[in-house]
Amino acid sequence: MTDPSVPTGIVITGLSHDYTPRAGTRVRALEDVSLTVATGSFHALLGPSGCGKSTLLYCIGGFLPVQTGSIRTDRGLVTDPGPDRGVVFQNFALFPWKTVLQNILYGIGKRGIRGAEARDRAQHFIDLVHLTGFEASFPGQLSGGMQQRAALARTLAAEPDILLMDEPFGALDAQTRRIMQEELLGIWRQTRQTVVFVTHDVAEAVYLSDAISVMSARPGRIRRTLSAGFNRAADPAVFKRPDFTEQVELIWQMVRAEVDDARRPAPA
Amino acid sequence: MRRGAVSYLPLLILAALWELVTRLGLVSRALLPPFSVVLVALAHMLADGSLLRNAVPSLLRGAAGLALAIVAGFGLGAGMALLPRFRAAFGPLVQAFYPLPKTALVPLVMVWFGLGDTAKIVLIFLGCLLPVILGTYNGIRGVDHVLVWSARSLGASRRDVLREVLLPAAMPQILIGLRTATAFAFLLMVASELIIANNGLGFLIGSLGDDGAYPAMFAAILTITALGFLADRGFAALSAHLLRWRT
Repeated sequence: MTDPSVPTGIVITGLSHDYTPRAGTRVRALEDVSLTVATGSFHALLGPSGCGKSTLLYCIGGFLPVQTGSIRTDRGLVTDPGPDRGVVFQNFALFPWKTVLQNILYGIGKRGIRGAEARDRAQHFIDLVHLTGFEASFPGQLSGGMQQRAALARTLAAEPDILLMDEPFGALDAQTRRIMQEELLGIWRQTRQTVVFVTHDVAEAVYLSDAISVMSARPGRIRRTLSAGFNRAADPAVFKRPDFTEQVELIWQMVRAEVDDARRPAPA
Repeated sequence: MRRGAVSYLPLLILAALWELVTRLGLVSRALLPPFSVVLVALAHMLADGSLLRNAVPSLLRGAAGLALAIVAGFGLGAGMALLPRFRAAFGPLVQAFYPLPKTALVPLVMVWFGLGDTAKIVLIFLGCLLPVILGTYNGIRGVDHVLVWSARSLGASRRDVLREVLLPAAMPQILIGLRTATAFAFLLMVASELIIANNGLGFLIGSLGDDGAYPAMFAAILTITALGFLADRGFAALSAHLLRWRT
């Protein structure tokens, strides 16, 4: 690539977020979240379902308004969605009326790149995610794993500073999931983008991340942020290493405690 | 394609039955002329140009009313889907107007717009408007917001989103609305011409019926049926092309 994008860190300060369900009273989804994601690091947000980890991700994405507190990247305060923050969604969110190639060209076109150069870039990312030969397929003709590869390529092709991933492998079967994790790590080792990765899978978080923030159940708070660092060495057998399983077990206990907390009835 | 032709076999059987019951005298020829006699009348009307002379103004009226309804209906439907104030203003109007049979407006529209083409085009426009509004509105409201988010995070502006995401994502619903509107265009075209006109297929049916020229009248009815069928098939082909991504 001619102009590698500059990896950008994220600084979140005192972020709270409330939402009002269609029928009902205001619910606090995030409570006073402060978090720093180092430039070029892979940071997982881990927690029980309903802990607000996706809400936090969508606030960083600029899709949900910042109500209290602030989110800052090297490009300034986050107020809106923007191509500096690419997003990979759990359900892929590919444009179903566009082919794989057209989907990937979309973000490239938005950067003002057209013609043969755009086509070359798109092909580079198609090859990177191993979708060569499926350029002319529509998303509806592909398996879930292939759709997520296409979605990943589309996001990478827009060359964002920051990659926001919302349980991107959550809809995939276990085998595909493992393969996608390995490939994502391989790609990230090349691009070294800042990644925020939402998951409820502890082993996935430990495998992929430099740092893991464990979140509490509603209202979502950052309970603890731990470093992992198994992602730096390309070792497919890392899952079996005792220090890896130990780390997974330790973090699992923390998540487990949050789930138990959430189950306990709230004090009157 | 061969399977497509075979699927129209019931129509052939119907035509044969029609011919049979009239030839056997099971139905009075005064009420139902034999199919073959109708075909002969059809050939005459094609030859003397009376069919074409009346079909062209009808189709022009239908196309004009439908085209206006597509433009206005898309604007209103999109406005209602995207702008809460617009929805508050037009929603109740649409709901009130929806159950009204538009043919009930024929006399009123004639009084307002006269007996010429304008009144007929207005009537067709009014009839086609609601299906287009509803298709557009429901289509856009039903778009998964994650598609909009992903476009925005790929660099689309708010403006881009309507044309590049909402419109194509809503297209299946919009096309359903357009298909209904096309059928309504034929309905209102014939209804308005039956009541007052000096040309058009509806006028032709009415005047031939008054004259007791039943074979020719049936020929005119067959012509409208065929045109409606062709319009619908053409529409289905267009839909299949536009929605070829839905597999």
